[in-house]
Amino acid sequence: MSVRLSKKWLSIDEARDLLRGNLGVFQLADAQQNTRYIGYAGGKSLFGLKGEVSAAIERLPVATFVRWEVTTSYLSRYKELLMLHYYDHGELPSDNPPAAAISLGQLRPAG
Amino acid sequence: MNLELTEEQELVIAMVRRFVREEILPLEYDLDPDADELHAADRARLIEKTKAMGLYGLDIPPAFGGPDIDLVTRTLIAVEMAQHRAGLYAPCYGTFGGAGLAQLFEATDEQKEKYLYPTLRGEKRGFFGLSEPSGGSDPARAIQTKAVQDGDDWVINGGKLWISGADKAQYGLVFARTANDKGRNGVTCFIVDTSTPGFAVRRIVHTLRSAHYATELSFEDMRVPASNILGELNKGFAIANDRLTKQRIPYAAGCIGVAIKAQEMALEYVPQRETFGAPLSSRQSIQWMLVDNEIDIKQSLWITLEAAAKAERGENFRKEAAMAKLVATEAGGRVVDRCMQMFGGLGVAKDLPFERWFREMRIRRIGEGPSEVQRHVIARELLGSSLR
Repeated sequence: MSVRLSKKWLSIDEARDLLRGNLGVFQLADAQQNTRYIGYAGGKSLFGLKGEVSAAIERLPVATFVRWEVTTSYLSRYKELLMLHYYDHGELPSDNPPAAAISLGQLRPAG
Repeated sequence: MNLELTEEQELVIAMVRRFVREEILPLEYDLDPDADELHAADRARLIEKTKAMGLYGLDIPPAFGGPDIDLVTRTLIAVEMAQHRAGLYAPCYGTFGGAGLAQLFEATDEQKEKYLYPTLRGEKRGFFGLSEPSGGSDPARAIQTKAVQDGDDWVINGGKLWISGADKAQYGLVFARTANDKGRNGVTCFIVDTSTPGFAVRRIVHTLRSAHYATELSFEDMRVPASNILGELNKGFAIANDRLTKQRIPYAAGCIGVAIKAQEMALEYVPQRETFGAPLSSRQSIQWMLVDNEIDIKQSLWITLEAAAKAERGENFRKEAAMAKLVATEAGGRVVDRCMQMFGGLGVAKDLPFERWFREMRIRRIGEGPSEVQRHVIARELLGSSLR
């Protein structure tokens, strides 16, 4: 598995047909494909990724693209994606809560 | 060994049990089923409570401000603290505090000032860096990380795997080979600041535990002052071995706590659940599962308490600790598995804690030395020098 989420970005409309009720993680991006939000569908999510992505799009009108990964390790993968984003950009995605609120560690990935 | 609990033990256990049921369980209803952290405000509030109970920092020696509770009672408390969804890997979500890295109690005064006291005050976190990609079951021989002396410093190159908490730590204990000996002699323990150039947390290792992850570390020309050697040069494996042995008792206790909780839930459920016109509890197949659970729990508990009692008396408890770890992790897995079977579909859904316990309990037969290594340790203790 790639450390970074490297799947192809899909338009919101394309994604709506493909998303299912799985556990997993997802990223939303703006029109320039800058990641604006990283989220997850966990054990309490209604309709899994489909439900969480739909709810996140409602909250984030600027969201134009989405990509996701189905995984049962959704919490550790979610934190990993946030830490990677922080490593790459020096900050969290603009629509995620501040780092301190979710007690992130620090990654320094190879490559 | 006296099998009767003292009045004081009964009182402490009742207090912790009440804490788990009244403070921890209600918060879990709102958390993700795989969560291992409380909201910061809840955690701070509950830490104040455990401090008021006189039970904060249970494993800290009294000389360093701990509450001076004997190991048997601490084991009984650990059994209680695990009786909730996150109980195996996050008992009471850390609200009883920890001892940090207990090896630091033997550190030099300077090392204590820099690492131990800030850890006890909650200002710093440490990690324990022993296992490597080359193997964790036989760490003395598997360690390939090397440290080479250069003036007053040591330069460390290598890596570690399966390390918990390194991404959030300010320092860690890193075991490295400092002599040509390929076995136990020639391993040294270094205290390493995670801000040291050359230190990197390369990735998260995703496992059956969704929240409480491990990490992989790399060290590239990481320069550590000689004053950061913990204990003696080339004698570091004794530090690791001591930690591994002591850790087996609370590790076993956590499994027993979860097994007790699972059994309690099953005992409540089977008289209510009807199939073919009769409650599950009337079925002999179900009764036998409950009986086998009870036997598994009792055996594990007594073996673990015996290990704790021997350790408390200052006797060699290596065999008993290995037996406790072996028996409790395997019994815990069987108990949770049987309870899932009794709950049927509900047992495998995330609505109930069994599926999380089932996944996490599977790790317990591998973590901190797999069952096979525990048997090896027991055999070595039984056969002594006649074992080749």
